[in-house]
Amino acid sequence: MTVGKSPIRKDVRAKVTGKTRYTDDFTMPGMLEAKYVRSSIAHGRVTSIDTSAALAIPGVEAVFTFADVPKTLFPTAGHPYSLDPDHQDVADRLLLTDHVRYHGDEVAIVVARDQLTAHKAAELVLVEYDELPVCVTSAAAMADEAPPIHPGGNTIKSTSFAVGGDPKEAEQAADVVCEGVFTTPVILHCHLENHTAYAYMDDQNHLVIVSSTQIPHICRRIVGQALDMNWSTIRVIKPYIGGGFGNKQDVVLEPMVAFLTRKLGGVPVKLELEREECLVSTRTRHAQTITARAGAQNDGLLTLLDVNVLSNTGAYASHGHSIPMAAGSKFCHLYPRAVTQFSATSHYANIPAAGAMRAYGSPQLFFAVEGVVEEAARKIGMDSVEFRLKNSARPGDITSKTGEMLHSVGMIECLEKGRDAIEWQKKKKRYADQEGTILRGLGVASFSYGSGTYPACVEIAGCRLVLNQDGTVHMQVGATEIGQGSDTVLAQMAAETLGIDYDAVHVVSEQDTDVTPFDTGAYASRQTYVAAPAVHDAAEQLKGKILDHASLMTGVDRQQLDLSAGRVVRGDQPDQVVLPLEELALDSYYHKDRGGQLTAEVSVKTRTNAPSYGCTFVEVEVDIALCQVKIIEIINLHDAGTIIHPLSAEGQVHGGMAMGIGMALFEELLIDDETGWIYNGNLLDYKIPTCMDIPELDCAFIQTHDPTSPYGNKSLGEPPIISQGPAIRNAIWDATGVKIQTMPMTPKVLFSHFREAGLI
Amino acid sequence: MQSRTISMQINGKSYQEEVDVRKSLMELLRELGLTSVKQGCGVGECGACTVLVDDIAVDSCLYLAVWADNKAIRTAEGECRGEQLSPVQQAYVEEGAVQCGFCTPGLIMASTAFLEKNQGKKPGREEIRRGHAGNLCRCTGYQTIISAVEKAAEK
Repeated sequence: MTVGKSPIRKDVRAKVTGKTRYTDDFTMPGMLEAKYVRSSIAHGRVTSIDTSAALAIPGVEAVFTFADVPKTLFPTAGHPYSLDPDHQDVADRLLLTDHVRYHGDEVAIVVARDQLTAHKAAELVLVEYDELPVCVTSAAAMADEAPPIHPGGNTIKSTSFAVGGDPKEAEQAADVVCEGVFTTPVILHCHLENHTAYAYMDDQNHLVIVSSTQIPHICRRIVGQALDMNWSTIRVIKPYIGGGFGNKQDVVLEPMVAFLTRKLGGVPVKLELEREECLVSTRTRHAQTITARAGAQNDGLLTLLDVNVLSNTGAYASHGHSIPMAAGSKFCHLYPRAVTQFSATSHYANIPAAGAMRAYGSPQLFFAVEGVVEEAARKIGMDSVEFRLKNSARPGDITSKTGEMLHSVGMIECLEKGRDAIEWQKKKKRYADQEGTILRGLGVASFSYGSGTYPACVEIAGCRLVLNQDGTVHMQVGATEIGQGSDTVLAQMAAETLGIDYDAVHVVSEQDTDVTPFDTGAYASRQTYVAAPAVHDAAEQLKGKILDHASLMTGVDRQQLDLSAGRVVRGDQPDQVVLPLEELALDSYYHKDRGGQLTAEVSVKTRTNAPSYGCTFVEVEVDIALCQVKIIEIINLHDAGTIIHPLSAEGQVHGGMAMGIGMALFEELLIDDETGWIYNGNLLDYKIPTCMDIPELDCAFIQTHDPTSPYGNKSLGEPPIISQGPAIRNAIWDATGVKIQTMPMTPKVLFSHFREAGLI
Repeated sequence: MQSRTISMQINGKSYQEEVDVRKSLMELLRELGLTSVKQGCGVGECGACTVLVDDIAVDSCLYLAVWADNKAIRTAEGECRGEQLSPVQQAYVEEGAVQCGFCTPGLIMASTAFLEKNQGKKPGREEIRRGHAGNLCRCTGYQTIISAVEKAAEK
């Protein structure tokens, strides 16, 4: 039994010794280096471009401008292809553009024999612009007189739904209705490995791309669309990747390197973004303005949640049209007995393009939802935890959005366990009558999330298992290891179902779209949930073939045989070894008259989507005079179903918590409202937490068994980042009596709020 | 292009290289196949390129290759002896301190230098945090990294 234990990660020894190879660790003779020429303004039309000085530099092979690229608009969001034209992603990109839409947009590209020459030449491309008015904020972009950033105008999509009853009646039934407007900033992913990709051709019409991507199979399709090539003529290889967090769930560099190598006779061309480019010219997390209302009765019943999201998608649509809606459909799981009304609009603006980022709109949404829920609890005079306990999902509830019976639900236990862990009641009493300028407070915030994208998108995963001559098994999956540990947990599952040791499962970590079973990749916290049935079914199949062959070899009836700890045994006497697997494997390969290579391959579509749950409890100390927040204690509680690998699960939670704390307290891309100029597009000025900024992180799991997964597991990669912001916000309110509705809650923000409240 | 010939030890082996004077130590090490040395920013913000120069941790992206003349360089590749991981590497493995792995080699070298400097002492978690503030990690929240260093200090 390996599921539920924490065997050594498949990739960890290679990683600590530097043996894992990432995209930049591969080189090819004659590889050329490319460098973008980026716009120096946020909005305008190129009036002239002069490449002669760049071309004159020795070592420069080519310069391409917007005039040289295909005129086919393509989408970049890493979603599965949709058969429904209305559900396809927004195609609004060209490889290079003469209509620049943010500070850093791509107008030309230089290819040279080395990186330094490419950089020098890119600086010598002279571009002149006709400047257009710049819209940075939602208000500016949505104003009647706003210039259209794309031909169809600045609104990308509006959506709305109401479930669980009539919102008007729910409002009338409420004794109190609270409303708040919440704002969240542009956040950057800051994975340690920048975006990087290279491409070459290995035949007249066969293209190979090696890329740091979360979605190799989607990448192949989008490159095909962008360059009008048959998808089968493109091969995408994904080696180890240095983090993605959603930023590599977008097709960013691959169409360009593919275009360049085709233009240059198939020689290898590499595009490696510098850190500063990677921060502003890939994707970001959407800045949102959220108006939220909560209605409650005096007895503590939450009757209404009404949320409106205005989502600033920036220069290109990317995932913009789907993010508010995805978050909207996932938050309904949390308080399923309240009537929920949701509406959202996403729009263009002249700021870097926003895309997918860990938890896909939910951290923003729950900042608002758990803000007004807190307010409703306080207004009716009910304890924050009690109010949530009364209204949270319980087993047997129907989720209002999907109409499905809820799966496993551990929300109540998460709240109860967290309340005890932080000693809620005791501390609440202790801090009730504080005086002075250094004050303590407690906060709680909950979340719900999904385990994939179904029914919005297809959920498909594939697994291939091969029995090796030495009795071990090779596993190939389309699921991508991006640091979250999917190779490890999927190997645990295969070992468990096959009845062999974890160490006997070798995972082919690299995805290669020419040979890897189809899977759309790592996103939506789907990977373990949707790959599990594929791994399970493949393992059952292979086990069946192994036992069939054992029966052939031994003459023992197949029904009497089983596989346990890597040996064929009698089902009723698991200690009695009939045949070691090595012997069976050799026979299957090399016996002249029977057997063959024993393999199994399956492709499975998942048509369920298990909600996962959890919450954050936090104790803060607020220094009023210094406007500083210090986290004294913070704990995340999760219902992610069965925990497959506890050590890695804790690691996912720690990482999400640190990102959530960064979003709550420090992180924000600063953009000039008038010019669209970016002030802090580097790691020195854009503050991600260092280990000095993060407190001790605590987490715990409420283990449930979800019936829709063969191993009982639900999502865990993305949920840990959702609830720190609102929990910290609620704790600051508890400590100081001041409500903050904007992230990040920096000293500057606290100062203005404290001053307004008369505290300083 | 101006170049200069330098001699150095890398992970105990002698090298003599003619290098472009503009080249960083990071670039040189990667060209020599030591790809554990990662570029995360190129300007000393992230620490992914941390190596030891005469046992002192430096950002090799900010350190010119020519400055390494007559010095001894250590990288993550050289810390294990065959199959045997160094105590720091082993502690990172056991504590689950590795996710995407891109910051890992640099952090392992930072931890190695930190523990060698504090040999015989038992640094507390706050002290460990201060000693690793120059290395960014976006995956782990640092929790298990601090625990790994604590554990390695006990060995």
